[in-house]
Amino acid sequence: MSASDLADRTTPTETKRAGEPLLSVEDLKTYFFNEDGVTRAVDGVSLSIAAGETLGVVGESGCGKSVTALSILRLVPPRIGRSVGGRVVFEGRNLLDLSEREMRVIRGDRIAMIFQEPMTSLNPVLTVGHQIAEAVRIHRRASVADARKRALEVLDLVKIPDAGQRLDDYPHQFSGGMRQRVMIAMALACDPKLLIADEPTTALDVTVQAQVLDLMLELKAETGAAVMLITHDLGVVAETCQRVVVMYAGRKVEEADVFDLFDRPAHPYTRGLLASVARGKAGGRLTEIPGMVPSLREPIPGCAFAPRCPFADGHCHAVAPTLEQIAGDRPHLAACHKSTEVLAS
Amino acid sequence: MAEITGGPSTTSDEASAPTRGSQAWRFVRRNPTLVFGLVILLIMCVMAIFAPLIAADPFSMKPVQRLRAPSDAFWFGTDQLGRDVFARTIWGARVSLAVGISVAVFSVLVGLVIGLFAGTVWWVEAVVMRFMDGLMAIPAILLAIAMVSLFGASVMIVIIAIVIPEVPRVVRLVRSVVLSTREQPYVEAAIAGGAPWWKILIRHILPPTIPPLIVQATYICASAILVEAALSFLGAGTPPEIPTWGNMIAADRIYLSRAPWCIFYPGVALALVVLAVNLVGDGLRDRLDPRIARRM
Repeated sequence: MSASDLADRTTPTETKRAGEPLLSVEDLKTYFFNEDGVTRAVDGVSLSIAAGETLGVVGESGCGKSVTALSILRLVPPRIGRSVGGRVVFEGRNLLDLSEREMRVIRGDRIAMIFQEPMTSLNPVLTVGHQIAEAVRIHRRASVADARKRALEVLDLVKIPDAGQRLDDYPHQFSGGMRQRVMIAMALACDPKLLIADEPTTALDVTVQAQVLDLMLELKAETGAAVMLITHDLGVVAETCQRVVVMYAGRKVEEADVFDLFDRPAHPYTRGLLASVARGKAGGRLTEIPGMVPSLREPIPGCAFAPRCPFADGHCHAVAPTLEQIAGDRPHLAACHKSTEVLAS
Repeated sequence: MAEITGGPSTTSDEASAPTRGSQAWRFVRRNPTLVFGLVILLIMCVMAIFAPLIAADPFSMKPVQRLRAPSDAFWFGTDQLGRDVFARTIWGARVSLAVGISVAVFSVLVGLVIGLFAGTVWWVEAVVMRFMDGLMAIPAILLAIAMVSLFGASVMIVIIAIVIPEVPRVVRLVRSVVLSTREQPYVEAAIAGGAPWWKILIRHILPPTIPPLIVQATYICASAILVEAALSFLGAGTPPEIPTWGNMIAADRIYLSRAPWCIFYPGVALALVVLAVNLVGDGLRDRLDPRIARRM
């Protein structure tokens, strides 16, 4: 199923902007401020998601992928940091300009988020039915009975056995995978147009991961929601995403169709990531990327990846590369001075 | 129950479902301090509420019968003005319990509201917490003496004067619970779900503050009863015409060697109430603190 297929599923009552993506993040900059100075957690990231599309955002811990997601929903605590530049345009409106009240209407209703920790993302002292119904009641002025009915529907949707009985169970009575299903049910309760899933399967064991991912894909096809899938697991990306954004040190370093990315990675960092995934063959040594992620406290003049890059030269250390289209007819962006060399090698 | 052992189904029912009586007994066995404290407190409350029915007039003076030792007519003896010590001790429970309970309720309510705001609105926190630190530096008794001399002696003033220095303790407690609760992922998830702040406050942040507050309230109650007695004793609290334990001890302390019962009985009553309240507090803490409760 292609992205355009799913895009047509959006309700016709909505003002359709031809060719305009559902969400477009333009040059987003989210900085953290503390006594020691400024941390450039997200430093000029742009990405877009079409209606019904699945976009993967990959990168190692601390590369700014979660902060990007939090910035879209404006969930970065104001004491810690804020988005200092750029735009987040969703359905024609810049979310960064909205009031907190307008933002609340969007959160959970138009854009829903699934967090990494299914163990702690549910309040332990409230029943899951109550918590899902609460999400419905916030956005739809539903009666308690209607909200409960909807909760039952979505629990059924995420394939929790005996949903009717489990409605009145507490989170501790569910296993990790089941709890993540509950979180997904909660996120889907209001039919969001965009689902941001921040490492939804990281805390689950592998067999359960596969089940949850399959479920997410199935539900996506059913509801037509676009998904922004944040992960560090390239296997998950390969299975689920249509397009991939690779982030490094708060910047986007490569963006491509999922097949292009895996077949012809144009950025050395992407290559490194792909090389460090264990493949079926046993016995071979796993390659790792040498060096450390640079500190985001100090400004990085050149390419952020240069100190770890086997292709880097003086120019790379001095001048930051811009995102450029890689040779080929399909959209494929990479921020690397040496991308032709990388592709050729 | 012995008659219904005929059918096999009834016997199994009886074995699996403990009777109400045995459940109650098990509760008593597992929480002896809580039950013991509650029983004493309950008796005290009943006596305070029904004081007019149980005890004679605490004000009637019989100068002929001054400083009589305990007897059939006067169970606890009489004081320097020939007033019935038993009646006055019972009536004294009214003021003590009223002050203790209202101080606990008011300081918890005020502290809860301030603590919730201090824990959630970051700029309120900085201002309020410094103010609370300042309040904590004022000794309760000195503040009470100052307020009584400013506004005149009355039970209400005594209550307010004890509430003020207790509030910061409650605020600190509430704030510490709020600070740890608001970092919970389910709070972030609720915000991401579009819940308005007041809903998050009531649904997610308020509930975990309640158990420690209940425990704290009992300790506040006990200390308020003691402070009220101390203030009465110093003559800076409840007006002397109202029978309170502190007033009784203060008025008759010069007759300690001649008529020790005048002081002994209100003193015992005071100690007993404070002990009972503290036992209830300890018992509740054992029940409500999840770390301890799980072990039981």
